[in-house]
Amino acid sequence: MHRQHHVLRALDHISFRIEPGELVGYIGPNGAGKSTTVKLLSGILVPDSGRCEVLGRVPWQDRIAHVARIGVVFGQRTQLWWDLPVIESFDLLRDIYKVPGPDYARRRDELVGVLELEPLLDVPVRQLSLGQRMRCDLAAALVHGPDLLFLDEPTIGLDALSKLAVRDFVRRLNRERGATVILTTHDMDDIEALCTRVLLIDGGRILLDDTVEGLRRQVSPERRLVLDLVEEESDFGDPQVRLVRREGRRVELAFDPNQVPAPTLISRLTARFAVRDLFVENPPIEETIAQLYRKNQG
Amino acid sequence: MKAYAAILSAQFRTLLQYRGAALAGLFTQVFFGLVIVMVYEGFYRATTTTPPLSLAQVVTYTWLGQAMLGLIPWNVDPEIRNLIRSGGVAYELLRPLDLYRLWFTRCLARRSAPTLLRALPMLALAYAFLGMQLPPSWTCLLLWLAANAGALFLSAAFTALLSTSLLWTISGEGINSLVICMIILGSGLQIPLPFYPDWLLPVLDFLPFRGLFDVPSRLYLGHIPPSQALPVLAHQFLWTLALIGFGRWVLARGLRRLEVQGG
Amino acid sequence: MNDLRLLARYLDISVRSQLEYRASFVMLSVGYLLITVIEFLSVWVLFDRFGNLQGWSLPEIAFFYGIINIAFALGESAARGFDLFSPVIKSGDFDRLLLRPRSTALQVAGQELTLRRVGRLLQGACVLGWSASALGLQWSTGQWLLLGWTLLGGTCLFYGLMVIQGTVCFWTTESLEFMNAFTNGGVFAAQYPFSIYRDWFRRFFTFGVPLACVSYYPALALQGRPDPLGTPALLHWLAPLVGLLFLALCLQAWHWGVRHYRSSGS
Repeated sequence: MHRQHHVLRALDHISFRIEPGELVGYIGPNGAGKSTTVKLLSGILVPDSGRCEVLGRVPWQDRIAHVARIGVVFGQRTQLWWDLPVIESFDLLRDIYKVPGPDYARRRDELVGVLELEPLLDVPVRQLSLGQRMRCDLAAALVHGPDLLFLDEPTIGLDALSKLAVRDFVRRLNRERGATVILTTHDMDDIEALCTRVLLIDGGRILLDDTVEGLRRQVSPERRLVLDLVEEESDFGDPQVRLVRREGRRVELAFDPNQVPAPTLISRLTARFAVRDLFVENPPIEETIAQLYRKNQG
Repeated sequence: MKAYAAILSAQFRTLLQYRGAALAGLFTQVFFGLVIVMVYEGFYRATTTTPPLSLAQVVTYTWLGQAMLGLIPWNVDPEIRNLIRSGGVAYELLRPLDLYRLWFTRCLARRSAPTLLRALPMLALAYAFLGMQLPPSWTCLLLWLAANAGALFLSAAFTALLSTSLLWTISGEGINSLVICMIILGSGLQIPLPFYPDWLLPVLDFLPFRGLFDVPSRLYLGHIPPSQALPVLAHQFLWTLALIGFGRWVLARGLRRLEVQGG
Repeated sequence: MNDLRLLARYLDISVRSQLEYRASFVMLSVGYLLITVIEFLSVWVLFDRFGNLQGWSLPEIAFFYGIINIAFALGESAARGFDLFSPVIKSGDFDRLLLRPRSTALQVAGQELTLRRVGRLLQGACVLGWSASALGLQWSTGQWLLLGWTLLGGTCLFYGLMVIQGTVCFWTTESLEFMNAFTNGGVFAAQYPFSIYRDWFRRFFTFGVPLACVSYYPALALQGRPDPLGTPALLHWLAPLVGLLFLALCLQAWHWGVRHYRSSGS
């Protein structure tokens, strides 16, 4: 589908299909069309042309019926009422979403338990820290039991502990409850930790639709080998590796596992140099993504 | 003097940016003015007694009122209120200027800039299309201008006094509503003063509020003839001095109170 | 959990949060009451001086005064959320309202249900009560129904004006100041009988912003007197209907505004 605003195409022939139970990451540089897509899928925006079906209906045509079945969390803006205690926001949402009493009580208690919200329930939202507010927003989005959850930058600005808590919650929600989740984020650790599948959008087009591994392979199959040498070696090198970085006794190398398998390379290098410690890893996913963005612009 | 001129020009520049709002304000005022004029016409059509002002005079009076609204001390100076609320008053005391004079100048600038900007188009419109009349003589016009200058200072003195009273009560909104009601009634903005019941007139003549608007307007109309101009201008002047004096006293006491509280 | 019950919940929350700032609330209400009292006082002064307004006596004027002020207080309080809509659109929070399975108008109205106009409401009621007794009106069931019907029409009219004020925000970020001229200016004008105004003015407020239909004409029926301008009495009874129709039109405009918002990429 595409929609036009003056002469700017926000989205240009986007097409994809998501099955129930998937946890899909939706990434792209700023201005790529991510939030436009999410707004279309959630029923906020009406496109100029195109076909779309979410949970069996067209999102923007039957807005009220559609939004009753989805949950949305914006990382940068809370949906809770600023001056009210958290629990009153939940109760108000129950009334807005017309959740039957017993269902509400059950879900509320479960979410409060899992997200450890008990001490926060009587606190006005304006007094919560960012991490606390995010957990409350997650609960608020789920109080009406949606089948589909949109998460927009859910870990932005959070401290490490809160990030882990949020990721853990979302993972369990998807793996154990089968909730379908669409995650829009710039935080690549979120992607790596959670997503089974990634869609990359740029300039209003889908560039990539693959697993995280597939993503890496698309850009380059390169992997990294980091060696802690016993002593500095001035003439460190090997024809099948590329030196990425050298800091004193630590050497970071890039190699193509298709050309030389990791075990072969390791035994070769450890035979030539005295190595105290080593590890093999993927290149940071940011670099992979950045390369993808660059490739598209080129 | 430079400091004072600077504040004034800053006010002008700020206001010139809000042209859209100014136009809307003008529209609102023309609307209200029209309604008021039509109501008076209704009164005059049916009355059997001779009113203190002729219909033409009342119409002019009304449009003068719409034009000179900026002159009236509606509210406390927002800058001063914020200074007091935030405790920034302490910084004001560090400046090498007399604090009352600084605040008075601020109030003066705050009243004069919007008045000039709004009065001129309003007066032009009213004279051209809306039935406002020219003063009966040049003398009346000059007296009107002089009285407006006096009213400006009187209004600044009021504003300064109201603003400094905030040192005593931070919210201060209750007192302000009361004083503003008195100002609206006593200045002739709501109804020309001669229309009030006869027993009330001596009280209104004594109070300072008429110097804000009623005096200049009736000088314009010639209703207060030039021969009687001096006493009313003196009334304006003396009350201005009194309010300035009182304002200085309130400020001094208020500041001392602040210091005692360890502000 | 229908819409009315949700509105009641919104009202409860609004009231409680306003009462938290009790002192300032009381102060504002008192201040506001004072201003409205001053307004009426000046009317009294003029009548004292002139005797009558083109054949209308002070109690008769007071009647119009009371009705329009009650309607204004009710309408403006109920629709305050639309008055405050501009920052909601600017901050992007309107998207959140679209994500909830409720009518957007209902949600906007529920954001703020203010009590602060209660001063004007009380004053209007007092003035109306005084004028009714001064005029010696009999309050039969029919009269009460007609009064309620009139106030309903008036409340709907002012509600509609506020909705328009909010709807404009979908197209421009500037709040249209001169809407205020019609709302506040209109109230001011409707405090006097429309028979004293010029023809074009009266026609505008009958067919354009139909204030006369929710104050002047039904008030004539309530007072049991014919229109000096000669309009038929039946129209006086039906006139408040125009207020409801006006509101319906305004809500339709609101929906056009929402549609525009949703098609333009926000």
